[in-house]
Amino acid sequence: MYDFAYQKPGSLADAVKALGADGDAKALAGGMTYIPVLKQRLAKPSTVVDLSGLGMKGISVAGGVVKIGAMTTHMTVANSAEVKSAIPALAALAGMIGDDAVRHRGTIGGSIANNDPAADYPAAALALGATIVTDRRSIKADDFFTGMFSTALEQGEIITAVEFPVPAKAAYEKFRNPASRYAIVGVFVARTAGGARVAVTGAGQGGVFRHAEMEKALTGNFSAAAIKGIKTPPNDLNGDIHASSEYRAHLVGVIAGRAVAKAG
Amino acid sequence: MPQVTLTVNGKQHTVEVENRTLLVEVLREKLALTGTHVGCDTSQCGACVVHVDGISAKSCTMLAVQAAGTSVTTIEGLAKPDGTLHPMQEMFREHHALQCGFCTPGMVMSAIDLVNNHPGGITEQEIRDGLEGNLCRCTGYHNIVKAIAAAHPLMHGKA
Amino acid sequence: MAFEGIGASVRRKEDARFLNGRGNYTDDINRPGQLHAYVKRSDRPHAKINSIDTAAASKAPGVVAVFTGADIAAENIGGLPCGWQIHNKDGSPMAEPPHPVIAVGKVRHVGDPIAVVIAETKQQAKDAAELVAIDYTDLPAAASLAAALAPGAATVHDDVPGNICYDWHIGDKAIVDGVFANAHKVVRLDLTNNRLIPNAMEPRAAVGDYDVNSGEYTLYTTSQNPHVIRLLMGAFVLHIPENKLRVVAPDVGGGFGSKIYHYAEEAIVTWASAKVRRPVKWTAERTESFMSDAHGRDHVSTAEMAIDAQGTFLGLRVSTQANMGAYLSTFAPCVPTYLYATLLAGTYKTPVIYCEVKAVFTNTVPVDAYRGAGRPEATFLLERLVDAVAYDTGIDRVDIRRRNFIPADAFPYQTPVALQYDSGDYQTTLAVALKNADWAGFEARRTAAKARGKLRGIGISTYLEACGIAPSAVAGSLGARAGLYEVANIRVHPTGSVTVFTGSHSHGQGHETTFAQLVVDQLGVPLDQIDVVHGDTAKIPFGMGTYGSRSLAVGGSAMVKAMDKIIAKGKKIAAHLMEASVEDIEFANNTFTVAGTDKSKTLTDISLTAYVPHNYPIDELEPGLDETAFYDPKNFTFPGGCHISEVEIDPDTGTVAVVNFTAVDDVGRVINPMIVEGQVQGGIAQGIGQALLEAAIYDESGQLISGSMMDYTMPRADNLPNIHVATENTMCTHNPLGSKGCGEVGAIGSPPAVINAICDALKDYGVRHMNMPATSGKIWSIINAGPSKMAAD
Repeated sequence: MYDFAYQKPGSLADAVKALGADGDAKALAGGMTYIPVLKQRLAKPSTVVDLSGLGMKGISVAGGVVKIGAMTTHMTVANSAEVKSAIPALAALAGMIGDDAVRHRGTIGGSIANNDPAADYPAAALALGATIVTDRRSIKADDFFTGMFSTALEQGEIITAVEFPVPAKAAYEKFRNPASRYAIVGVFVARTAGGARVAVTGAGQGGVFRHAEMEKALTGNFSAAAIKGIKTPPNDLNGDIHASSEYRAHLVGVIAGRAVAKAG
Repeated sequence: MPQVTLTVNGKQHTVEVENRTLLVEVLREKLALTGTHVGCDTSQCGACVVHVDGISAKSCTMLAVQAAGTSVTTIEGLAKPDGTLHPMQEMFREHHALQCGFCTPGMVMSAIDLVNNHPGGITEQEIRDGLEGNLCRCTGYHNIVKAIAAAHPLMHGKA
Repeated sequence: MAFEGIGASVRRKEDARFLNGRGNYTDDINRPGQLHAYVKRSDRPHAKINSIDTAAASKAPGVVAVFTGADIAAENIGGLPCGWQIHNKDGSPMAEPPHPVIAVGKVRHVGDPIAVVIAETKQQAKDAAELVAIDYTDLPAAASLAAALAPGAATVHDDVPGNICYDWHIGDKAIVDGVFANAHKVVRLDLTNNRLIPNAMEPRAAVGDYDVNSGEYTLYTTSQNPHVIRLLMGAFVLHIPENKLRVVAPDVGGGFGSKIYHYAEEAIVTWASAKVRRPVKWTAERTESFMSDAHGRDHVSTAEMAIDAQGTFLGLRVSTQANMGAYLSTFAPCVPTYLYATLLAGTYKTPVIYCEVKAVFTNTVPVDAYRGAGRPEATFLLERLVDAVAYDTGIDRVDIRRRNFIPADAFPYQTPVALQYDSGDYQTTLAVALKNADWAGFEARRTAAKARGKLRGIGISTYLEACGIAPSAVAGSLGARAGLYEVANIRVHPTGSVTVFTGSHSHGQGHETTFAQLVVDQLGVPLDQIDVVHGDTAKIPFGMGTYGSRSLAVGGSAMVKAMDKIIAKGKKIAAHLMEASVEDIEFANNTFTVAGTDKSKTLTDISLTAYVPHNYPIDELEPGLDETAFYDPKNFTFPGGCHISEVEIDPDTGTVAVVNFTAVDDVGRVINPMIVEGQVQGGIAQGIGQALLEAAIYDESGQLISGSMMDYTMPRADNLPNIHVATENTMCTHNPLGSKGCGEVGAIGSPPAVINAICDALKDYGVRHMNMPATSGKIWSIINAGPSKMAAD
């Protein structure tokens, strides 16, 4: 990788300042995606701002909302009794990200800020109608994910926590890329107070997206049968050596059906 | 040059690094702990897995500066000073869970963490799933799975 | 003491260092004053090099030197040699274009070395390499067999028109065509054998170290055959005599063929260490491995079997195109010829066979032997074709094999494709495998799977392979430019302990244990008093190395011969000491005995006498107890057996799971059953990988799409089942151990078993054939097309 300056601020304000002062500075959370990017010399940050000194860890459940600190690792979420009890699908999803070593260091904030089109957390955030809390504001998930590797975050804006409203039921299923093990198709379904929500990751050219037709069908009848015949147009889906866009379109239906069945 | 102080296999070291230096480079090149290997550059093969503060981490996907103040255990730090192998090492030997030996250090470190995280018992499927982050090209995993299953009761004092 | 000899599953001696992180791999070696090399590689599949500007790189921090192809060309340095010459149908030699160490004039594949930067640190070398400016003119690329053979295709080498390396054949075409013309039925199959990337877990590495005072070069390298590297690099590339060139292959983290060959980086670091007068290390990043390690397989074939009304095989006709890549790797030409077409009889008594092979240059990484090398390609073709015969005739898959097997009493059996099999019993391996796999109970399992919504299939492969390569004279007559014997030096020390120096190289095979067991067996020395040394040309008299499952059959036989000499000499010393006639001395259990008496001397008594020859037949016998043998095999060995795979397909996603895998192999004498099982399991894992997961994919422009482990699917633990391995052995009749070899059988026998099972699972969809890898997307497209539609690719 290219060399860079390194800072490990002790306060959120200092971190925001460090990032805001330099357009080429980049935040480092767990580094499970960003360090491989650096190793491949695909990024050349001037400064890497390590967020690990900021705290921002921990899980709380109150008022029907699960709040997870941005620097909380996937392993912590996967093993959390509070999350398992409140939104078991979210704990299960965290347990499906990468491998153990990745889950030990990877963080929810990093995953959501990166918005990798094949990452898992964006699907949960979108399907559960999460709120992304930053150093300066709160952003609805529907407004947050703006395209592949692209979010509503401003330069220097740091996610501090993610708030997930507890749904009536939810589940996440994914079909993995056999080589990278990222999602070829991942579907998070949730039955929420505002109706059913379905978010698809891995498949879309623009990153995670909501599946309106399935949401409509599930809002009326939250069962796998309700979405059985629903076709997903392949036009806007990714195609690569592992899965054509037609195959992905098919898998969206299969994986969504399994997720709904799993949600019960 | 930045300096990083960390504890490796119980011994504290202060080393000069670049900010871009990886933990695995510190272990292999600065501390001559060459048991930790690098088998890929996409964080998938797991040959570099060590324990950082007691849990598994890919030392090729961690900056040395991130490891400041941590306690790292490598494959060299597993056996007792008298040479007695860790039960996982012993079961790898007993069940012929290694051939060329290159993936073995990472495999053993991951396996220990995996067994630590399943105190109540571990199924074959859980072992296979738990090895997602470790590649072996020699064994077909058959004997690795057997070795880990056999190490479980030894590590949890049930044998 | 527990039994440690032949047949004991002794735990491995080498494990202690590997389990403690004390292995000594090439990248673990650091020489005083060492510099680091980074190889700048072409990102173009095919381009003319107009200019290379190294000025900025040369001035970058830490940089000591930058070399290009022009610097190499200015010296007395040859191209990378090819070790095997094939002749065309018309008797003319194959095209053998130069393979420069660093590209000159043109780059011919993504990954072709174009410059090397040598700097104080690895990162500095890599940083500076970005400053090497290359002006290219892109040329059209021929990135596949089809593209390279198309009319008007780009030519990879200007002086090789049509990109044909050779057009070779074996068999009498007229006779075979005659058989086909009169046959009851002809069954035809078009198939490909997918290109693979070996991906031994240890990336290649090399350290060159030149000693200014002595003029000696030392190369530490990730090699399966250090003496071969010394020979090739010393004699053909750098022109360094053997006495000034030491090659060390220390612990090597897997090879699978990919570390047989002499690679450019070995020559670069060796040569550069003398230029810069400091040791130079190069270690591949995995991404580099993908674009610079020799790939494997990559065949396109048409196969036809002529049969009579009973399904008896009357004749086989095969036409194959084999991808050589951009240059000839060390042993590439022999893989699709003498390691492939000669195997097409398989386990069957097919009376006539004709095979023609076009080897083709393309703008891709060179292709060479990968675990099995030619034999997996032959086996996949044949075992798929046999299933196609069953499919087309309605004859049961097992029956058709039984009908056509070479019977157990027919050995030695001369095939129509040059090989003479010495032993085998294919009915037995088949019968045991059917039993172990509960073939008879399969339909119940299929029904149960169906109730769970899964498509279950079972597949069989009754394969044969040839290994233990090779009789030197035979290999030479077929185009080998080397002998293929093996060398062992057995040193019995004064106090009776033993060191074995072997020309075989262990990179996972457990030689330090297995070879020691041979000594336990023959000399009666306890295992812990035996050490096996390999991988260093300064220590080992000579050696041809480890590949083609040859180490035990050839290298082990050399040890047996050397120990025979030890015993013969020991008998003379014992006869002298015990005042008996040599003919009366017997040796067993570490002890020389005068026959019919209780007079005896231990091996230690004898070895001590040999080194302290006070009372010694000094006029007839030299002191010492140290013998060397070169063993040249009389024939290949012929392992064979039966692999049965059972799969379940999820019809909703097309995902395949191998749920049972049963192997029954005939590997001849087994020294260490635990190690044999491990070898077979590992080979099968690679075979299942080829069948289901692995594919090196180039796009039309010549870019390697599956260029990292993010896109090239390596088998993981959750992709594989438990692998049930058994052996039913017949002895090799022509080597002293009776061993045949086990390193490759898994990779050879398993792929067609898996694909045959998948075709069986999909039989209601009209699937007669499927090429590898059988990915979920491919299977889904078949299922999606609906039952009874021909949808296989």
